[in-house]
Amino acid sequence: MTVLDHRHQTAAVPGWQPGATGPRTDPAPLLPDDSPVRVLGTPALEKTDPALLRELYRRLVVGRRYNQQATVLTKQGRLAVYPATTGQEACEVAAAMALQEQDWLFPSYRDTLAVVARGVDPLEALTLLRGNAHTGYDPRATRTAPLSTPLATQAPHAVGLAHAARLAGDPVVALAMLGDGGTSEGDFHEALNFAAVLNAPVVFLVQNNGYAISVPLTQQSAAPSLAHKAVGYGMPGRLVDGNDAPAVHAVLTEAFERARSGGGPTLVEALTYRVEAHTNADDATRYRQDDEVAAWREHDPILLMERHLRPLGILDDTLVQEAADEAEALAARMRAEFHAEPELDPMSLFAHVYAEPTPQLREQAAQLAAELAAEAEVHH
Amino acid sequence: MTTVVSARTSTMAQALNAALRDAMQADPTVHVLGEDVGRLGGVFRITDGLTAEFGPDRCLDTPLAEAGILGTAVGMAMYGLRPVVEMQFDAFAYPALEQLFSHVAKMRNRTAGKLPLPITVRVPYGGGIGGVEHHSDSSEAYYVQTPGLHVVTPATVADAYGLLREAIASDDPVVFLEPKRLYWGKAEWDPSATVEPIGRAVLRRTGRSAVLVTYGPSLPVCLEAAEAAKAEGWDLAVLDLRSLVPFDEETACEIVRSVGRAVVVHEATGFAGPGAEIAARLTEKCFHHLAAPVLRVTGFDIPYPAPMLEHHHLPGVDRILDAVARLQWEE
Ligand SMILES: Cc1ncc(C[n+]2csc(CCOP(=O)(O)OP(=O)(O)O)c2C)c(N)n1
Repeated sequence: MTVLDHRHQTAAVPGWQPGATGPRTDPAPLLPDDSPVRVLGTPALEKTDPALLRELYRRLVVGRRYNQQATVLTKQGRLAVYPATTGQEACEVAAAMALQEQDWLFPSYRDTLAVVARGVDPLEALTLLRGNAHTGYDPRATRTAPLSTPLATQAPHAVGLAHAARLAGDPVVALAMLGDGGTSEGDFHEALNFAAVLNAPVVFLVQNNGYAISVPLTQQSAAPSLAHKAVGYGMPGRLVDGNDAPAVHAVLTEAFERARSGGGPTLVEALTYRVEAHTNADDATRYRQDDEVAAWREHDPILLMERHLRPLGILDDTLVQEAADEAEALAARMRAEFHAEPELDPMSLFAHVYAEPTPQLREQAAQLAAELAAEAEVHH
Repeated sequence: MTTVVSARTSTMAQALNAALRDAMQADPTVHVLGEDVGRLGGVFRITDGLTAEFGPDRCLDTPLAEAGILGTAVGMAMYGLRPVVEMQFDAFAYPALEQLFSHVAKMRNRTAGKLPLPITVRVPYGGGIGGVEHHSDSSEAYYVQTPGLHVVTPATVADAYGLLREAIASDDPVVFLEPKRLYWGKAEWDPSATVEPIGRAVLRRTGRSAVLVTYGPSLPVCLEAAEAAKAEGWDLAVLDLRSLVPFDEETACEIVRSVGRAVVVHEATGFAGPGAEIAARLTEKCFHHLAAPVLRVTGFDIPYPAPMLEHHHLPGVDRILDAVARLQWEE
């Protein structure tokens, strides 16, 4: 037996305190359940507020139309690129709905629907992907961080913000959204560890949609589930059916409440599926079979709602029609707004590099201004 | 206005410590975080006593993860705090480079000014302390290549205090490079005296033959070289840049134009190092005033050597004087 063998805690080492270096938390309550949390088709549905269910349904339908319209806009050259969340709308919508006004959202590049569902205008949410600026909305005013393209790098930001809010005594929760591939990044691990150590009011929502571009989950992780990763950091991991909107909403709401009341962070893994290719520029037939996609289309978040809410009378033709109308109205607005040419100011290139431009930037700005003036001259 | 605190004598390390303490006292949003910054006071003792005085929330011992530290600081800054991050050593800041390059440097720009990040990243840097591998890098070229970051490096005790206070007060992120080997040098300085702002170079020694353009750990070496040069009949000026970004082109060009000869001196490797940029700019802007090409004396283009060999690598007085001798003195 050596002093390093902490399972045999009788070693006579000066200052050795059994337990101080051993497990500090009972891992059992932190472990995710074997099967994902579901509400649709379970007794929990009866206990769920019908108004919430209707609202979730309405937003799912609008979200689906948003995804379709954004994809069309890429074909028309109105968006530079679009990573769709078709099939993942339940996660996007439920996340936005579970957040309170004062909470912060830290989205990844794929999560524009969550940003829109939070109330940001699609034109502003899609600015990055349209290509006219990096961020189209005011992060402070909307409490929504810029879309993060470098994978998982937004996770520690969420931790830091939640930590700062807690120090200030504000009842603010931060939600970091990630993909399954993002869980392999170092920043993900560092964020989880910091969150647990700081007891920060932050929730990590991993949408396990099966693929990171072309790489399936089996090549991404050998963990029993991504939710299990939480246990190693000392926080609970929760597994939820990511296509069951009320289930995602319930699990997130519970995690937010826990965080808000000082209970610390939670890692939520939502099982879902990326029905479309990675982006409009990707060819998914190179790495997956059509029957796999077909099976998931049967487990579609909107279909599931219709299947389970119709018999209860929570969903009826009126609501279906209302949702469809609202979805069409959004699509029409997107078409109109995105067909108008954006106003671009080349001089803005230099405006926000620093609070005050350096002498070198002033010189370069003058150079561009002169080039623009000369160009304008030629055009006249 | 009365001067409450009079001149004192201290090391650069103590001046940096005083700057942190005074900044934390003056502004409750200033938070220090990093590895071992709490109970230990940092491996160089720059944060000594801060946790005792301000509590562990204000000076936080973090888990060992540089990206996590800086990423957490980003979120804290987003919520209105003014984090001061300590990277334990130059080469151990590399895990945080993605956060630094992709977020810290860009956040103001990518949010059109809505989300400036007032973060100071303190990095002890440079060699000459007999450190083993990964403890002596001069990594400034990586930082100055990244638009959105200010890159500041003090070379005097007074500047260590003044520039750090300014860095912390800046609404932009500042990479604050602390020359390790100058940490323990003592000087008299006055905390109540204001120093030149970030972005202004300071002429540490006037001279009419040539100017040595330098910063950080190489300043004392250049001053020594200028002293030794007198024996050769050269009267060397020494310009301390103090910040690489912003680069004070105006002051640098003024002195180079007036003396006509310049040598840029730094420890960092020469190839695509800061000296390459500085020499190119001085040549572009001062060409007709130059009697000789702008020369560079830098570290070799090698990974930082083992401690017993580092003196061969570091720019020393002789190498600087050799360069001065090559400034085409024959009329
Ligand atoms: C640090 C980093 N490495 C690589 C990429 C390129 N990349 C963009 S999306 C992606 C796959 C991400 O997969 P996942 O995290 O599962 O999210 P999903 O796309 O499925 O939503 C990759 C590799 C990136 N954006 N950032």
